[in-house]
Amino acid sequence: MIEAKVKHVKPAVFYEEFFRKGTGQRNTHYCPGCGHGTAHKLVAEAVTDLGVQDRVVFCSSVGCSVFAYYYFDCCNIQCAHGRAPAVATGIRRVLRDAIIISYQGDGDLAAIGTGAIVHAANRGENITVFFVNNAIYGMTGGQMAPTTLVGQSTKTTPMKRSVESEGYPIGMAELLSSLKAPVFIERVSLGDIKRIFKARRVIRKAIENQVAGRGFSFVEILSPCPVNWKMGADNARRWLLENMEPVFPVQNFRDRADDSRPGRGNKVKEVSDEEYYDLFHIEEESSSCVMQTKHTVGTQSVKIAGFGGQGVLSAGVILAKAALYKGLNSTWLPSYGPEMRGGTANVGVIISSSKIGAPVVDRPDMLIAMNGPSLDAFEESVVKGGLIFVNKSLIKRKVAREDVRTVYVPATDIAKELGLVAAANVVILSIYALCSNVIDIDTLRKIIPEAIKKRNLISINLKAVEAGVSYYDKTRCEV
Amino acid sequence: MYGNEAVVYGALLGGATHFFGYPITPASEISHAAAIYFPQVGKTFLQAESEVEAVNMIYGASAAGARAITASSGPGISLMQEGLSYIACAELPCVIVDVQRAGPGLGNIWPEQGDYNAVVKGGGHGNYKNVVLTPYSAQEMCDFTYEAFEIADRYRIAVFILTDAYIGQMMEPVRLPRDIKRCKRKEWALYADEKSRRNLISTIYMNPQLLAAQNRKLQEKYKQVEEELCAYEEYRTEDAQFIFIAFGICARICYSAVEQLRREDVRIGLFRPKTLFPFPARRLSELGRSVDKMMVVELNNGQMADDIALSVNCEKPVMKYNWMGGIVPSVVEIVGLVKEDICD
Repeated sequence: MIEAKVKHVKPAVFYEEFFRKGTGQRNTHYCPGCGHGTAHKLVAEAVTDLGVQDRVVFCSSVGCSVFAYYYFDCCNIQCAHGRAPAVATGIRRVLRDAIIISYQGDGDLAAIGTGAIVHAANRGENITVFFVNNAIYGMTGGQMAPTTLVGQSTKTTPMKRSVESEGYPIGMAELLSSLKAPVFIERVSLGDIKRIFKARRVIRKAIENQVAGRGFSFVEILSPCPVNWKMGADNARRWLLENMEPVFPVQNFRDRADDSRPGRGNKVKEVSDEEYYDLFHIEEESSSCVMQTKHTVGTQSVKIAGFGGQGVLSAGVILAKAALYKGLNSTWLPSYGPEMRGGTANVGVIISSSKIGAPVVDRPDMLIAMNGPSLDAFEESVVKGGLIFVNKSLIKRKVAREDVRTVYVPATDIAKELGLVAAANVVILSIYALCSNVIDIDTLRKIIPEAIKKRNLISINLKAVEAGVSYYDKTRCEV
Repeated sequence: MYGNEAVVYGALLGGATHFFGYPITPASEISHAAAIYFPQVGKTFLQAESEVEAVNMIYGASAAGARAITASSGPGISLMQEGLSYIACAELPCVIVDVQRAGPGLGNIWPEQGDYNAVVKGGGHGNYKNVVLTPYSAQEMCDFTYEAFEIADRYRIAVFILTDAYIGQMMEPVRLPRDIKRCKRKEWALYADEKSRRNLISTIYMNPQLLAAQNRKLQEKYKQVEEELCAYEEYRTEDAQFIFIAFGICARICYSAVEQLRREDVRIGLFRPKTLFPFPARRLSELGRSVDKMMVVELNNGQMADDIALSVNCEKPVMKYNWMGGIVPSVVEIVGLVKEDICD
């Protein structure tokens, strides 16, 4: 007869006394025969053996294992139901050297947290996830889990789980195996001693992967829940072997060293104040390019409207920036959202020598109508005595109102000759600059290179300014 | 620059290290700018799979000592409320920007202020509050976000930047702060090192006595916030017979309305809260004694007006001017309404 001596050693990662637990500081809070105690010990052993205790952040989820922080002597964080992989992601992006363990149950990971686990796995976050599958909700008292077996009776499937009503149990290891990024996926079982020893090796490997920086590792642990299964510990282990394992095959699904190493994020670097200043163009106040002498214009409200793609919004930017350059205040408020991407666009610019209140242009002093629908929409809103620029290349009708001033410019035709239809607005702005006292033509010339983001379009827009000037000289359009 | 863009500048200069975003109109430009600028200064931008995960990434990053921020609009803020309740209980500092759009439901993308209650009162489950700053210009979008991180760290609290679609979408000049803040080590945070090994971030207190104590601690903190953080701005209130009370885009419109009404010899002023929690109740009570009427202009169903009626022991009438659904009143419209009401 072989004599075996079993020596129980508490891994160093476990507290000597569970001081956080309150009463019963020597025992765990888990029920007799529960798999969590075993799983905890296997995780604790791996962490101890790998010598990474000080580097561990343990993410406990909602479920029976929410109190893991009673036992693990390491950084602990308790997460909202199902969100542990997102929390782990947040931590991963801050602490590059941490060993992050997300320990979740089946209600948590496979039901409410399905989105979080799939995307953390898909990003290949360098974390280790332990998924304890006991086919039932433990902490809430024995309700159906997504992993509950067909035919299994629970508090919420008192007539037994049926495929017709609740579908099949979900295989998370299989599901995550469809993703490219994870480096290690395996399902283990706590059904007997042999299997527990196997689980121990797998759990260690899953943490080792992270220590080596390989990427996302996932271990699904089939675990007994005798109390909620309503059976003794022995029967529970038997039930696990006979009923759960056929549905959830115990096997490795993925084991590879990953070359692409996704999920590492961008590199952290220390950035000096000067680099911030350079990047954000923060300058000393004295070197501000704004003209020091302010001139008085009162408040001018401008509406520029046309098709998307006619450069309506950027014309607004040019106007607003030109006003700032003149030492005036300005605001720029566009129409935004889906209509900007095709369809009509308009922008309201307010220029003022005093502080600007409402940035919304309801009653413009000036309207630039680039197409027919814009004139139709905004003609009525222009204030009495206001000014309307009409792009007569595209608008065949005349302005109906007689109490406003009007200027007709074949802006699109002029811009077409220059080879850029979108410069039509700048042609009109240039005429506006010549015949108003709000901005002047030299300011416009100066601002265009700053205001236009696409470098290759600057020279053609400057040409559009000159084209506007010569049109104005030629026609002396009465304003 | 855009108000939305100004948030990102303010955040980075205020020491932000992590941005977890999820796109939504009209807040998307904040994510766009963060995706460009955060990596350029060695900081992290990550697009989450939903606002639920975004706020939980914030929870994790903040627990690990980072200065984390996210931005969204109404529908996304609704999804974040769970995480915000956890953040409040665990006392994790963070910054959340709500560029409000019109609701309820999917609503539309035009400005509204209907998230007031959901943001100012806490919003998720349990007895908690967020600090709520409410900018009304691109400059303040930058400045308030810049300040928000310091406030968040000082009180270990979530700080909201509650703004609206127009303030976010509007471009105005912004002067950037020159003093660049840095995130410092926090003794309570998880750094995955020997020194912080016994630190625990948790929101579960099974013992009612302990949870009661945690609740009391939070309430004490909110009281302290009320005493120390309250901010507001007044315009022409010295001799005012009437005052507008408004924030965000409405404060801009009311500013113009004051200018116009003053030209017509109506003695009206503007009171603009810069913080909604803490609510500037004390000053409003004083004003409530000296003015005849208070005109509360909001793009919602009168949510702030309710707070004013509660906090100002009001013998004077609190008039509600409300627009919903993304409709923004013009200055002319408000001036007209006020003229009718002051004749009563």
